[in-house]
Amino acid sequence: MTQPLNYFKETPSQTAGPYVHIGCTPNFSGVSGVFHEDLGISMTNDQTEGHRITVRGMVFDGKGAPLKDALVEIWQADAKGFYNSPSEMRGQADPNFTGWGRCAGHMESGEFVFETVKPGIVPFKDGRPMAPHITFWIVSRGINVGLHTRMYFPDEETANATDPVLTRIEHKSRVPTLIARKEGDDYRFDIHLQGDNETVFFDI
Amino acid sequence: MTNEKRNQGAFFPRDRNWQPPALTPPYKTSVLRSPQKALLSLDNTLSEMTGPVFGHNIIGDLDNDLILNFAKDGELPIGERIVVHGRVIDERGLPVKGALLEFWQANAGGRYRHKKETYLAPLDPNFGGCGRTISDEDGYYYFRTIKPGPYPWPNGVNDWRPAHIHFSIFGDGFAQRLITQMYFEGDPLIWKCPIVQAIPSEEAVKQLIAPLDMGNTIPMDSLAYKFDIVLRGRRSTMFDNRREGN
Repeated sequence: MTQPLNYFKETPSQTAGPYVHIGCTPNFSGVSGVFHEDLGISMTNDQTEGHRITVRGMVFDGKGAPLKDALVEIWQADAKGFYNSPSEMRGQADPNFTGWGRCAGHMESGEFVFETVKPGIVPFKDGRPMAPHITFWIVSRGINVGLHTRMYFPDEETANATDPVLTRIEHKSRVPTLIARKEGDDYRFDIHLQGDNETVFFDI
Repeated sequence: MTNEKRNQGAFFPRDRNWQPPALTPPYKTSVLRSPQKALLSLDNTLSEMTGPVFGHNIIGDLDNDLILNFAKDGELPIGERIVVHGRVIDERGLPVKGALLEFWQANAGGRYRHKKETYLAPLDPNFGGCGRTISDEDGYYYFRTIKPGPYPWPNGVNDWRPAHIHFSIFGDGFAQRLITQMYFEGDPLIWKCPIVQAIPSEEAVKQLIAPLDMGNTIPMDSLAYKFDIVLRGRRSTMFDNRREGN
């Protein structure tokens, strides 16, 4: 016999279901008057530092149909590469930038939109720079455990080429699934749950 | 600030044998929405170890009171009055302080207040079905609500969801992000549900079943259910700053 280790098990995940909006974006779902505004709809204010960008996209299922009931959250560093988080020990992030956004896919088109700033460079654990990126988390009906992925920028070819995460992807043909497309002034980042273009998802 | 040293390391890897797999065909919607390629394992970077934290300033007085937060003046929703309470801890057993918890649920008849909901049970004009709260210094949280009803859903011809409350939880790192559902002790529908059955083991399912907690009932007012939530723990950072060979 040994001493017990006494770790607990993580609570099992369950699908967010079709009505995730009631809890996470109630005003969007039609439950108005309970919360003043939906959390995460605004990441910036007029004092936020950095280059303003718009990121939009859709989540597609294995038949290529857009999900109309997904909820997407993003998490990113500010323009200087700091996270607005108590776990950020390297310095003070821009107090006018939350770094966190939440958007329900449009009920008809499925499109999500984030108004944010382009993130700066954040170091990998060994100190090498990671290319600017935005973490995505996707939940919906039919997704048993929320999916994590990252969006990188198409105009950062040099940084992307040495990014410690992108360079770990064995099948190079899958790297473009993590790189947004420039579409006018916006960035488009479509997420494919299955198929030839299945997005690389991370077990973080 | 307290003088307690926070663990700053990466989160423990998620136990994929404990969590439900992505593809669970009896839950039909998962078939086209489950990634088919292996997930890329990534030991946490700052992007995953950090996460948003929410202040009490976002929380309104009635946010944790689903009995009152949508009710018209002087009226109350119909159904069993319950208190749900518990702690948010991590896998090490440490309290997760300041965790934002959001909850949503059907009303006592099993009907959600949502534009796309079509079940024939009626809406309750005094029940919205959403709430939120932030855990305290001990990781403790509580809210009160009406016990949700079970309802049928289009999966199999005759599938019913057990009564449940949806939870969304933020820890202090984005890798801890979790959405789950709480079930109620004694509900025979739990063990027939394809969504519950996505979880591989009976032991893990039991982690989602809140027991009736007579010790915390409010006499002549509300029953109580206790639901503890475990988020991923952090590795310690011992020796992390001692580089070798460079």
